[in-house]
Amino acid sequence: MPERKSRIAEFIERHEKDLLAAWLERQLVSVASRRDLINEVDLREQSRQFLRLVREAAASGGGDDIQAPRWEAVRELLASISQTRARQGCTPSETAMFVFSLKEPLFTLLRRELGGDGAAIADETWAATVLIDRLGLYTTEVFQKGREEVIARQQHEVLELSTPVVQLWEGVLGLPLIGTLDSARTQVVMQSLLERIVESGARIAVIDITGVPTVDTLVAQHLLKTVAAARLMGADCIISGIRPQIAQTVVHLGLDLTTVITKATLADAFAVALRRVGLAVVRSSPPRA
Amino acid sequence: MERIPILKMGPMLLVSIQVDMHDQLALTLQDDLTERIVKTRARGVLIDISSLEVVDSFIGRMLGNMAAMSRVLDAETVVVGMRPAVAITLVELGMSLAGVRTALSVERAMEMLQVATADGLRTPDEGMDGGRAD
Repeated sequence: MPERKSRIAEFIERHEKDLLAAWLERQLVSVASRRDLINEVDLREQSRQFLRLVREAAASGGGDDIQAPRWEAVRELLASISQTRARQGCTPSETAMFVFSLKEPLFTLLRRELGGDGAAIADETWAATVLIDRLGLYTTEVFQKGREEVIARQQHEVLELSTPVVQLWEGVLGLPLIGTLDSARTQVVMQSLLERIVESGARIAVIDITGVPTVDTLVAQHLLKTVAAARLMGADCIISGIRPQIAQTVVHLGLDLTTVITKATLADAFAVALRRVGLAVVRSSPPRA
Repeated sequence: MERIPILKMGPMLLVSIQVDMHDQLALTLQDDLTERIVKTRARGVLIDISSLEVVDSFIGRMLGNMAAMSRVLDAETVVVGMRPAVAITLVELGMSLAGVRTALSVERAMEMLQVATADGLRTPDEGMDGGRAD
């Protein structure tokens, strides 16, 4: 069948205006609830352009492989519409409906044009279905890809945001960890900690794990690795912010944290760190009421 | 033959690794260092690796071994100035060099060694007899 040239392009050309009107009506019904997001003028322009491009691509013959170069303009348009809608917060089905809602008016058109020729109607309908399905799926694919890009970017941002190394005092670094430690994150944490050690000449670093939800064998291993790397550079580490629950887990799992100084609170760890660098906090006057 | 110089500073020996370490060089250094510790009766060894950019497990082990040998000869060893990338590599190789003391700068290492060697520190005169710096 792909050899036989479909007459869809011809029909679209002859009735482009009617088809566009019918299609727009369908679309406006289906997106009625999303009027806040979709502007009617834009929709009309997008639909008109899409119909024209599809007609041109279909008229140039060949199979219905929409990955072929002659479908490139259509693909580009769909990608841009899909991305815009993704940004506006439409759901994937709402976005895909842009293409799928063309089916009904197109089939009606085919039935009217081909009249009683049942075989021809079946053939053309099949060809149109295949084409529209492919275009629709392509739209969803692009939509998905756009979402995935957003997720990847956010992941990257979270990774960078969540690993600050702060200077608590001269020679004392603080590393408040928030969220689960996986190997990728450990790598980032380790690297930024070591770089800050070189930069600031710190001799002690406090790793605060108050924000780490659970400590399992893997997280503990990652923590110990970070401590070992810092030690190789001449800086000692204190792990603080160990919640009672985590202390229990650590013992139940049989994890060996004896090689590291551990403290329950950041304040305790900071006091140890100050003592290590030869400093002390003293009260200069009685506390004011 | 290529050699890494060992400098004597009072009761300490200073080893500064400025070239890429290869296995033979590390073995030669190990021989030289143990010999010099015995000869100069050094109480402290300072190994500066701030120029070392690449390490493998062999070099890592050599660093550990040298520290252990020095300890047997009653000299404290401090490894100085390890780069972040080198530290990460060693940890990933599973070598955390337990038992080796480390410091970020030569200055700090000197402080550490001064404290460590304070007990039974020989008089400067005696120390000077030990040998000449390379």
